[in-house]
Amino acid sequence: MKWRRRHHHPSLFLSTLNRILKTTTEPPDAAAVISVRSYADFTTQATFEIKKCDVHKLDEAPATEVVMTRDEGLQYYRIMQTMRRMELKADQLYKQKIIRGFCHLYDGQEACAVGIEASINLTDHLITAYRAHGYTYTRGGTVKEIMAELTGRRGGIAKGKGGSMHMYCKHFYGGNGIVGAQVPLGAGVALACKYHGKNELCVCLYGDGAANQGQIFETYNMAALWKLPVIFICENNRYGMGTSVERAAASTDYFKRGEFIPGLRVDGMDVLCVREATRFAADHCRSGKGPILMELQTYRYHGHSMSDPGVSYRTREEIQEVRSKSDPISLLKDRLLSNNMASVEELKEIDVEVRKEIEDAAQFATTDPEPPLEDLCNHLYHNDSPVEVRGTNPWAKLKSVS
Amino acid sequence: MATSLRCFLRSGKKAVLVAGRRGFQRSAPAGVQVTVRDALNQAMDEELERDERVFLMGEEVAQYDGAYKVSRGLWKKYGDKRVIDTPISEMGFAGIAVGSAMAGLRPICEFMTFNFSMQAIDQVINSAAKTYYMSAGLQAVPIVFRGPNGASAGVAAQHSQCFAAWYAHCPGLKVVSPWNSEDAKGLLKSAIRDDNPVVFLENELMYGVPFEMTEESQSKDFTVPIGKAKIERPGNHITLVSHSRFVGHCLDAAAVLAKEGIECEVINLRTIRPMDVESIEASVMKTNHLVTVEGGWPQFGVGAEICARIMEGPAFNYLDSPVTRVTGVDIPMPYAKTLEENSLPQVKDIIFSVKKTLNV
Repeated sequence: MKWRRRHHHPSLFLSTLNRILKTTTEPPDAAAVISVRSYADFTTQATFEIKKCDVHKLDEAPATEVVMTRDEGLQYYRIMQTMRRMELKADQLYKQKIIRGFCHLYDGQEACAVGIEASINLTDHLITAYRAHGYTYTRGGTVKEIMAELTGRRGGIAKGKGGSMHMYCKHFYGGNGIVGAQVPLGAGVALACKYHGKNELCVCLYGDGAANQGQIFETYNMAALWKLPVIFICENNRYGMGTSVERAAASTDYFKRGEFIPGLRVDGMDVLCVREATRFAADHCRSGKGPILMELQTYRYHGHSMSDPGVSYRTREEIQEVRSKSDPISLLKDRLLSNNMASVEELKEIDVEVRKEIEDAAQFATTDPEPPLEDLCNHLYHNDSPVEVRGTNPWAKLKSVS
Repeated sequence: MATSLRCFLRSGKKAVLVAGRRGFQRSAPAGVQVTVRDALNQAMDEELERDERVFLMGEEVAQYDGAYKVSRGLWKKYGDKRVIDTPISEMGFAGIAVGSAMAGLRPICEFMTFNFSMQAIDQVINSAAKTYYMSAGLQAVPIVFRGPNGASAGVAAQHSQCFAAWYAHCPGLKVVSPWNSEDAKGLLKSAIRDDNPVVFLENELMYGVPFEMTEESQSKDFTVPIGKAKIERPGNHITLVSHSRFVGHCLDAAAVLAKEGIECEVINLRTIRPMDVESIEASVMKTNHLVTVEGGWPQFGVGAEICARIMEGPAFNYLDSPVTRVTGVDIPMPYAKTLEENSLPQVKDIIFSVKKTLNV
């Protein structure tokens, strides 16, 4: 697994860390550790007990004893913290009316996106629904271009033309607004993976609400029939908009709903659980066994979207309890500190850097100009000669280029 | 092409042709008779051979040779990887086709008829048509959705709808509606080679109809450009614009009217979106009269769009009378033969409308 980050690293520690991460996929060897001599008294890796997954139609389950290195831990911490701060900043900008329309925030669910990406490659593929900012980041988008897309500016990842729900980057197919439609799309990407024969797979995400869509069952059938290399992942955050899972589904065992497709139910608040389950699932797919289904039990702190306060269908006590007992970032932080894998100061330093990155991105996102009117009709057709597009009245003849 | 034109005019002088029989040659210049079905088959065969990313999926397309035998022989030749039978899951398999296009393949997604595409219409519009725009050019969707569209014979209301207007309403899609074999082959090849989502509206009643195809159109590189209409028959007195099966009806009507000294210019739209309005305008500026002919319902239809576009453009000032639309009757399609026949434009309806428009 390789991470590519496209932001600046002002401190020596970070540039060293980055060099290590770029050049190794295993725990750093002695020579690399020496180059970060000032931190040599930390534990370089530790073994952790994680929750056992419930299984469906599987003889084996993901491991319950896993190893995490210090570098991995710091990496996961940084990325989850970046995602958290980015979403909170989006909340702020939305309340200032600088972000408009739909804005579905991911805070609380960070361990899912980070854990998944930790066990796949950037050459694999991923598609999700509209709660997509976190995935856009883990798939290679920068905070800057994500935020600028939210504010609808020309520096946005989709040049301001897509918005919150329509962000794309290499091997990341959005960002999809129609609930459930992304699931057949994801199986189609997997079909292309199988067709090309490059041993790539597709991670295809949907929520507990979408899990009741008919097209998902059509997709289960075809994916299983044709043994497509797709990992279906249901991010069960207990509520489909304002409807709790008990009120929406006759069976809330989402990991079993694939019936003939093997399934896992995973603690989605623990990044190591998600990582291990994804590793297990990816092995299953890559060995040609066909699709597999993972249910990640997770939680969103915000309401369904920014127009939903999120407290009419659940209690503040419930939200507070999850925050205090199961927050994914806190869980990781506790693990790092109690196993002497990092210091409080080190983590605080990361927090400061993350905060700065978010501030800089927000600054860009609020000052970058909107796309020019000349861009209005562009990107209708790919690889076509320019066409004329009718404007709002017969005399408005607008131009569209590919 | 000139040879086909001559052949139609020749046969028109003899008798009024029943809709459906077309183009039998007396003598044979350098051409060959090919049915629309075979033309479509050739197009797919050639494109499957040319580009290994192209594949066909749909219900019964592989081992059954196609519900209407359009994909006959392709599974035998190319195998399971390139020609895929799907379960009856339109929304699911259309989405899978779109996803595969996003990831670099070039799918041909067949709907057994376009009536069933309604189950999958969200994937066609929201996943395929709009994605290139929403992604500001990052994500293209090179897919063809094809299948029979419009009325067949005796299949009743749920199986007879024309979707030209619905799909052509949406930016981001291209919508193509071939009439004869040359259209079918050339346009399907163009559609498959196009990097954008194309809705390819065939017609079941045309599948078995043979047309003469020129030597040029037998070439593996022969394509017909999307977005360009064709003048099937030149004339000076009135313009008839149509698409798909009703182009044949227009030519039949033109043959009858020619005997009365009325020379119709018959335009075959070939593409509904983007529509070649310039060709219609040029013709209207010559003939001063316009009749549109389609199988679909009148409200918000192809003819309605042509009327609006003519009014907004230079040709309006050349009209000597308002545009006339000849359309399907504004009802769900009935089953009984006489009722069905009277639900769609007949040659006599076109002749009547031409004379009314010309005030003769």
